[in-house]
Amino acid sequence: MALFDVSGYKSHAGLRGQILGTGVGHLVDRPNQEFAVPVGVDPSGFLKSCSREGAVSIDLNHGTTTLAFKFRHGVIVAVDSRASAGSYIASKEANKVIEINPYLLGTMSGSAADCQYWERLLAKECRLYKLRNKQRISVSAASKLLCNMMLGYRGMGLSMGSMIVGWDNKGPGLYYVDDNATRLSGRMFSTGCGSSYAYGVMDSGYREDMTVEEAYELGRRGITHATHRDAYSGGVVNLYHMQEDGWIKVCKEDVSELIHRYRKGMF
Amino acid sequence: TMFATQVYGDNGKMKEYHYTGPVEHRFSPYSFNGGTVLAVAGEDFAIVASDTRLSEGYSIHSRDSPKCYKLTDTTVIGCSGFHGDCLTLTKIIDARLKMYKHSNNKCMTSGAIAAMLSTILYGRRFFPYYVYNIIGGLDEEGKGAVYSFDPVGSYQRDTYKAGGSASAMLQPLLDNQIGFKNMEGVQHLPLNQEKAVQLVKDVFISAAERDVYTGDALRICIVTKDGIKEETVPLRKD
Repeated sequence: MALFDVSGYKSHAGLRGQILGTGVGHLVDRPNQEFAVPVGVDPSGFLKSCSREGAVSIDLNHGTTTLAFKFRHGVIVAVDSRASAGSYIASKEANKVIEINPYLLGTMSGSAADCQYWERLLAKECRLYKLRNKQRISVSAASKLLCNMMLGYRGMGLSMGSMIVGWDNKGPGLYYVDDNATRLSGRMFSTGCGSSYAYGVMDSGYREDMTVEEAYELGRRGITHATHRDAYSGGVVNLYHMQEDGWIKVCKEDVSELIHRYRKGMF
Repeated sequence: TMFATQVYGDNGKMKEYHYTGPVEHRFSPYSFNGGTVLAVAGEDFAIVASDTRLSEGYSIHSRDSPKCYKLTDTTVIGCSGFHGDCLTLTKIIDARLKMYKHSNNKCMTSGAIAAMLSTILYGRRFFPYYVYNIIGGLDEEGKGAVYSFDPVGSYQRDTYKAGGSASAMLQPLLDNQIGFKNMEGVQHLPLNQEKAVQLVKDVFISAAERDVYTGDALRICIVTKDGIKEETVPLRKD
């Protein structure tokens, strides 16, 4: 099957032996990409153990709130824009939505580098699929490709929580994929350290028959309230709307201004 | 005491000093050599600046070890962190630039170098290069471009960015002076080259005052369509 060959799936047991058994310093993923692995050490704990020595402190960009939900008129995607490295805010305008093609979006939460790399690879595979099969890839297949990429590196310390959002022949699609290779289809998801706050807001305001404006407001509110309470989320809200003829970028608003607007209703 | 020692443990509580018995010291492949880099993008220029101090622990290895490396006629990279990885990384980038030039008969653009560096860094996701990179150069339209990276390859395009040991001190200052953030009633004047260079000098002088790993001298590389100009300015040597 075309998809099976391209997905890069490897059996889990075989990979484990390669990583920990033979002492060979690298892991073959696909013929043109190798990852260097420290010899004789468990990769997921390696960085943390280095950080305890002297002044070495390797902080990677992290932290987020993202949310997405399906409703009558499509799918709404809202993300924050803060990238933190330890306690330092490395960026206030990080881009956490990858525009794979005009009908597919991917969100990023967790480790920024992991999300950027694997979702960019996913964009490449989606493009190759379209060239090989003369039709756009379905949301289900795209999310499965990403899920299988994660499965290949399970247990090695990757950190990625992503939502694949699109519109294909079966209608609007929303899948949640994470670094454990969990893949779930659903109506509403939120990821990242601020996700609990976003779920609270979304659950209390969600109706399947919302108008488009109400849905935009719900997405904005979810992210705004999450950034208000979660230290590792902040910046601006980037809002996208997935419609039948593709996605549109709705707005990009600063969270501090939004929270002042909502303050009147809070107390 | 004349100096402050680090007496706080991981969770912010005070560490207790008592002898616990034999402690295993494992070989660490990394070491921290200090240094700060900074890049600013203007309308038709880009500036990449770094200090030239190379330190390790309480010692200074060299006062003349700049951290800006010229990649092409339109791109300069600043690398700080572990000097060994900085050297290897710049060697690898130079080799990849040559390969690209031979295969494609043209030089890599700044955006392409940034995307390539991201994948080079991610190739070491499980054993990272301990390097904080910032690329400064001109994009295909001749406008200034700055790309900042984390050690494993996550990157984005910025207008200005500070990296390295004094980055947390410099970034808020740049936000205020270049981004006009956290000020009210101020005119947003675009940055011209002379003002940008003066700002970079002032900002490094401040960094040298408050960060022990930054000082000795400042190397500024100014990238314009006429090429790359280098300037060296002395800083505090203490």
